[in-house]
Amino acid sequence: MAGNEMVEFRWHGRGGQGVKMACLMLAEVAGQQGKFVQGFPEYGPERMGAPITAYDRISEERCNIHSFIYFPDYVIVVDETLIDSVDVTGGLKEKGAVLINTPSAPEDMRSKLRGWKGKIYTIDARRISEEILGQNFPNTPMLAAAVKVSGVLEPDRFLADIEKSFQYKFAAKPQVIAGNMATLKKSMEEVQAG
Amino acid sequence: MITCLSGNEAVAYAIKQINPDVMGAFPITPSTEITEYVATYVCNGEINTEFVPVESEHSSMSVCIAAQAAGARAVCATSACGLALMYELLYVASSSRLPITLACVNRALSGPININNDHSDSMGARDAGWIQIYAENNQEAYDNFIMAMPIGESPEVRLPVMTCMDGFITSHSVENIELLDDELVKNFVGEFTPEHYLLKKENPLSVGPYDLSAYYMEHKVQEAEAMKAAKARILTVAREFEKISGRKYDLIEEYRMDDAELAVILIGSSAGTAKAAVDMLREKGIKAGAIKIRVFRPFPGEELAKALANTKAVAVMDKSEGFSANGGPLFAETRSALYDLKDRPYLINLVYGLGGRDVKTGDFEMIFERLAGIIKSGETGPVYSHMGHRSKEAIL
Repeated sequence: MAGNEMVEFRWHGRGGQGVKMACLMLAEVAGQQGKFVQGFPEYGPERMGAPITAYDRISEERCNIHSFIYFPDYVIVVDETLIDSVDVTGGLKEKGAVLINTPSAPEDMRSKLRGWKGKIYTIDARRISEEILGQNFPNTPMLAAAVKVSGVLEPDRFLADIEKSFQYKFAAKPQVIAGNMATLKKSMEEVQAG
Repeated sequence: MITCLSGNEAVAYAIKQINPDVMGAFPITPSTEITEYVATYVCNGEINTEFVPVESEHSSMSVCIAAQAAGARAVCATSACGLALMYELLYVASSSRLPITLACVNRALSGPININNDHSDSMGARDAGWIQIYAENNQEAYDNFIMAMPIGESPEVRLPVMTCMDGFITSHSVENIELLDDELVKNFVGEFTPEHYLLKKENPLSVGPYDLSAYYMEHKVQEAEAMKAAKARILTVAREFEKISGRKYDLIEEYRMDDAELAVILIGSSAGTAKAAVDMLREKGIKAGAIKIRVFRPFPGEELAKALANTKAVAVMDKSEGFSANGGPLFAETRSALYDLKDRPYLINLVYGLGGRDVKTGDFEMIFERLAGIIKSGETGPVYSHMGHRSKEAIL
């Protein structure tokens, strides 16, 4: 078992929103920074719009456990409409937090969260993405907000490292890198605590 | 180089470093990415592998057989129904003594159709004369693939090798990995220099002709001897690999087994989860241990018997059914391996994780609790059962 420092994330989103990519980017960047990581999606029928779950483990020691995450420290809800049908805060640790992609304020979300008493953060990832990228790609702003909220990685170093990853990933279309970096920064500034 | 890769990326990277002569290519989830990455390497001119896209797995394995028989080094990747479609060719490959390397990304066989992990695909091919090596994580998937050719191509072995990893759990999970330098891998794997091959002009060869009763049995005995010889070769290659990587491998991995009274035996990614559970139980003073079967073919029966000689109760965990009505394939092998022990432990069989059913540390705690109960009562209870399913008869 990894040390107490292990931080576990559970992502809830829909097929096509880039949840898997955000989950894997978090693992990759944390890995580059010397952490031990696991980033893995839970696969089912592959179709746009279907609910999907993805997970990250980040720790100081190698983690051998290869099960899903049932008691996460952080839950990231990339699609607000899932809250009605999925118990997103199920198993979420009391001292953990839920981060939701919504224009609403954190306290306005509480009544929908089935008795969740802990911390709530919100970020309007859709607006940020549409303003900067001209399209709704909520995954990168949610990733930045997750880093900020969890404190699992130091924000400036995260931004520097992910820029390098983007340069590799988007080698064929470098014009998208600046926009994605801007959404990350904007998201880190705007995320609201409840 | 230390980086983060998924299991599929890791195996594709190993293929890139090896630069095999031929790849028989047909996609199937969850192994598709391996083939895709290799296609990219070929397209970018990073390797000069002859990439042969075909219309089925029957053909992708046929391509490998033809290429390997011609004296080339051939690789392939597949899963589940893809492996099933190769079934006949798997036997042709091994009986023709062609050391093809196949990355099997384990996925449940239909039906009902399911894309998630269990071991029913490769376990169905366990009698096909292929060496089978299973990985717990991406690092092992990479390392096993690099060790495959020096094992299979060795003159005393000359058998094809299937390196297996758990679909999605390993193939699609990004984890830290230590990659070896290209030169190190190239030198370790070396060149494929078969003594006999189809197109050798001094001494051309026929491959795969009809074999009469007068010779067939001799060929099968030789094949069986080769599989027996593979055990020593696997260990030799592991020792050589340790010299270049610092990573130690064996036929089985014994985890906290020195004084263990209770043990689980299993294959693949869930072995990691079992280790974490063993650690938790050890903190409570419970003498728990775990054995991971790394090599299933050849089966490490003697090694397993030795490792279990001082245990009291053992759960053998099968991630495939087998429908023998008498326990899964790993259970059958294990129970047989223990027959010659003077004091045998109590043995139960748990079929688990079929079609991607998740296995948690808590599940292992329950298993160890059951084993402790067996020692206390002296009653095994049902020897063969299924865990983690919805049924009023579920035992765990």
